[in-house]
Amino acid sequence: MINRETMPSRIIRIVFLALWLVITVFPLYWIVITSLKTPGAIFSYPLTYWPEVFSLENYVGLFEKAQFGTYIGNSLLVATVAASVATLISMLSAYVLARFEFRSKGAIMMAFLVTQMIPAFIALGPLYLMMVELNLVDTKFGLMLIYIAVCIPFCTIMLRGFFANVPDALEEAAMIDGCSRIGALFKVIVPVMKPGIVAAFIFNFVNCWNELFLSVTLMNREENKTIPTALNGFISSFNIDWGSMSAAAVLTIIPTMILFAFASRYIVQGLTAGAVKG
Amino acid sequence: MQQKVTDSVERPSADAGAPVALHGSTATRRRRSFTVRKGLAILAFLAPAIVFVTVFIYYPMISGSQMAFRNWNLTNLTDTSWVGLKNFEAIFADPVFYTVLWNTVVWVFGSIIPQFVIGFAIALWLRRRFRFRGLYQALIFFPWAISGFLIGILFRWMFNSEFGVINDLLSKVGLIDTPIPWLADPGSAMVAVTIANVWYGVTFFAIMILAALQSVPEELFEAGSLDGAGKARMLFQITIPYIRVTLGLTVLLRVIWIFNFPDIIWAMTGGGPANQTHIMTTWMIKTTQRGDYGQASAIGLIVVAILIVFSAFYLLAMREKKEVNS
Repeated sequence: MINRETMPSRIIRIVFLALWLVITVFPLYWIVITSLKTPGAIFSYPLTYWPEVFSLENYVGLFEKAQFGTYIGNSLLVATVAASVATLISMLSAYVLARFEFRSKGAIMMAFLVTQMIPAFIALGPLYLMMVELNLVDTKFGLMLIYIAVCIPFCTIMLRGFFANVPDALEEAAMIDGCSRIGALFKVIVPVMKPGIVAAFIFNFVNCWNELFLSVTLMNREENKTIPTALNGFISSFNIDWGSMSAAAVLTIIPTMILFAFASRYIVQGLTAGAVKG
Repeated sequence: MQQKVTDSVERPSADAGAPVALHGSTATRRRRSFTVRKGLAILAFLAPAIVFVTVFIYYPMISGSQMAFRNWNLTNLTDTSWVGLKNFEAIFADPVFYTVLWNTVVWVFGSIIPQFVIGFAIALWLRRRFRFRGLYQALIFFPWAISGFLIGILFRWMFNSEFGVINDLLSKVGLIDTPIPWLADPGSAMVAVTIANVWYGVTFFAIMILAALQSVPEELFEAGSLDGAGKARMLFQITIPYIRVTLGLTVLLRVIWIFNFPDIIWAMTGGGPANQTHIMTTWMIKTTQRGDYGQASAIGLIVVAILIVFSAFYLLAMREKKEVNS
């Protein structure tokens, strides 16, 4: 059935798919082109869709005028640490939730799922107060702790799906050979699940890298700001410098795009497995 | 496992549901040596996750909820007394609330309907193999890698009234004579932010629906084509009924998600002009930033209440439809 297609429907399909491709890719094209124009060319008529002169001025300015290097460093540090710790912790909980039957299992899964649905912003104020009390407000360590917590529920749900696909027999064999359970987990299961775990890490990393509202609420000092926090500062000013803004956007987007290209297959698997199987 | 606890075949305890008959004595022996150690292992493995989620998500959320019933303002921390429903009364008395509520409805349905329709079409078209399909998918799925906040920034620049590319393209095509002040005009700002959200969300639906479509067994189609069913009929009578539950749940989760999704609006308009693009969550964050935690929490609880009621009706409607169908 799928192989029969009339000519008109084929044309419609190709036209629409092509159109959607253009619509999807154009904004990215436009931000890249904008970032490579000279500041004068950005604000001049008529708009140019292919600049006469390509310039890196906007990028250079980011590092010279703004402390963009610091922001990138902060984002990298916070996202790497938080994503690693969250992935590790989620591996343990996902493993247990995939392998064992126990009474509170349903409740724990539910508690994790619920965090994905309620407006987390209700916690924004109390989290700020809590961090003040713990003396962790406006520190990267405090931000990491919160990011770890935010990553854990979905990461656990996603990894649990991957664990369920690894046959029990594998670690049972290892345990008969004298491995402890945790030894079996790390020596036998983790290597088999490597792609899934890498995908989970990337997913966490990108989420932390992009997170805005928590960091805006908690981080104040210039030397502690992550990229989104800094960009939020840029757009609140009256005259947005769209040249450096687009350069900053490109620098923020490119790493996540590269990472996602590696992981998207597994993330899709994790997402759809959860939804299709219920 | 290594150590022998008992050799006798005992009845399994009531809470274990493993098929004893299949494994016989090995299973029973294993279970007994497991119970205590197993319990400890489960606890140890789960503890870090539970501690983090409890301390940094559930505790602040619950403590945030009780603030809704208190006079809780960062500007005046000397009086944090319980005020009952005063915060809620203040919200319901505020005309902005009704604007925001309406905006939220427009935002959610104005986003989700086009997202669903376009996403469905793309998924159907992607089901057929063609050359470069993998590349095509990778290209159209890329918005996924970008945060909502940055999407907002991209579209804010494109919707710029003076130097924005959208006005430029529209006037080139001849659709407009004078540039539209998209984000400054109360009438068009909501349209602009919704367009950005549609653009962002189609990918998600395309992915989810494509996965659901691929779960439909081929035999169903074969049976359908033997019966001489046309393409449209097969879509509506075979495909859609088969994936109805998945579709329904995906839409529900997405409604909840978009309801709670402030990032694009935050970056594009910050809720302006004149509150015309504020949705419940952006309004709540603005209130939090003002320091009025009591009021902000009350807004949050209203959101939770709306979502629970909506989900309940939605799920009920889904179930009833199923009964009518069968």
